[in-house]
Amino acid sequence: MLSDFFLRAILAGIGIALVSGPLGCFIVWRRMAYFGDTMAHSALLGVALAFAFDIDLMLGVFAVAALVSVALLLLQRRASLSTDALLGILSHSTLAVGIVMVAFMTWIRVDLMGFLFGDILAVSRIDLAFIYGGGAVVLAVLALLWRPLLAATVSPEVAEAEGLRPERSRIVFMLLMAAVIAIAMKIVGILLITSLLIIPAATARRFAGTPETMAVLASILGAVAATIGLFGSLEFDTPSGPSVVVAALGLFLLSLLSAARSGAASSAETPGRAASLPEPSR
Amino acid sequence: MSDALVTMTDVGVRRGGRWLVRGVSLEVRRGEIVTLVGPNGSGKTTTVKTAIGILRPDEGEVRRAGTLSIGYVPQKMTIDWTLPLSVRRLMTLTAPASAQAIDAALDRVGIGHLAKADVQTLSGGEYQRALLARAMIRRPDLLVLDEPVQGVDFAGQLALYDLVSDIRERDGCAVLLISHDLHVVMAKTDTVLCFNGHVCCAGTPQSVAASPAYRSLFGPRAAETLAIYSHHHDHTHLSDGRVRLADGTVADSCAGVHADRHPEHHAHDRREHHAHAE
Repeated sequence: MLSDFFLRAILAGIGIALVSGPLGCFIVWRRMAYFGDTMAHSALLGVALAFAFDIDLMLGVFAVAALVSVALLLLQRRASLSTDALLGILSHSTLAVGIVMVAFMTWIRVDLMGFLFGDILAVSRIDLAFIYGGGAVVLAVLALLWRPLLAATVSPEVAEAEGLRPERSRIVFMLLMAAVIAIAMKIVGILLITSLLIIPAATARRFAGTPETMAVLASILGAVAATIGLFGSLEFDTPSGPSVVVAALGLFLLSLLSAARSGAASSAETPGRAASLPEPSR
Repeated sequence: MSDALVTMTDVGVRRGGRWLVRGVSLEVRRGEIVTLVGPNGSGKTTTVKTAIGILRPDEGEVRRAGTLSIGYVPQKMTIDWTLPLSVRRLMTLTAPASAQAIDAALDRVGIGHLAKADVQTLSGGEYQRALLARAMIRRPDLLVLDEPVQGVDFAGQLALYDLVSDIRERDGCAVLLISHDLHVVMAKTDTVLCFNGHVCCAGTPQSVAASPAYRSLFGPRAAETLAIYSHHHDHTHLSDGRVRLADGTVADSCAGVHADRHPEHHAHDRREHHAHAE
């Protein structure tokens, strides 16, 4: 029989994966992997501030991640440094400041490893409620704004010209990311959150024909990875976050294998079609 | 009531301490084709983006009709390989459309057979057609095309421009077009604005081609080719079986002169002059 804490961890992992699938697709499409990483790393600063001011952890993480994304948007506009360099500065300085702050707070015992790499023992009933409640809100907003978000991803200018307000989509997307980072932190750990966003989406790409199927597939693949990873974590006593990521990586490698095989098969069956298509130029 | 869709008055756009364009005034009225020509970096794209609200003007005024709907084909629209997007799905990028509307739009631009293909696998010409279909599928009031024939061979360019003018005729939309293939475009257009950081000259294709500013910018050769293609314009209308009445000076001036010509003769003309232009 599964123990209660483990059942909660599995439910939490699946809940997070369902939300991070579609959101991760947008991160892949928009080439924002490093951006997501930066927001996630700032989560530790959120944790430190939450302890310092005695507020809810998830709230602290959400607020700081959202602030960092706004700061980045503003810094990008002034643009004296490349986005790349800005991300590097923000990503590691927020992480470092967070760790230093936690070190100063000697009156609280903080399991730093748990925050960095995730801890399946940490999921409470209330956390679970936050994950599913928050996750449902994130998915609902995503569904409502799907078309403008996708249009803004493909071409902000077309979206703007045709009245879809891409700037609004962008801000909402940042807030959704901050929310997912806040709810995913406990299970996956802040250092590895982005991989749970990106790897299932990248795996889904090979099997998807439309953006929508890719998003759904990414959710399913993420849920499978979370389940396998958490069982592994329990079985081998490994940290939960890395275990989930290793499982996701395994699925990704499998997809590469099957894609290579079916690619070889289909080009052998229909040489005419392969030859008649022009070389991809975009 | 005025039927102006977009009115720009003395618009200037400044970036990084430099004026990209300045003193631009233009008007696009319902059903009209307005073409911007000019060398690279002359501010055509900036002007168009300001006209449709992608850029804010730093001086002057841009007014758009209250319920203006726009279909936009940008100069560059790269679709990442990570995004699985079929031609069919591209059609509903910014607004929903019925399956019939999608099929009709794709057939109209001649890529109905590519509906299921991924957009990343299209050739340059096919991709431009797909983008045009996407922009027109909502039947916008204003179709904005930023160099829509790039990467398309000469025959394809003529076909695409025919298609644009056909869309204008049928849907009654206005067209704001950027081109540097001026000899092909200008014949079909109602108003030409010639750009070089500002509007150097504006008017009907004939008056622009005759103006000294245009000749100094593009050379006398350009003006000659233009004259040739106004014949082609005339030919298109005759072979349609329709003669557009005097709603533009172009139709006016050509109708009387070439009314007795045969379409075949013009088709021949066109090829011949193409060879000359090379």
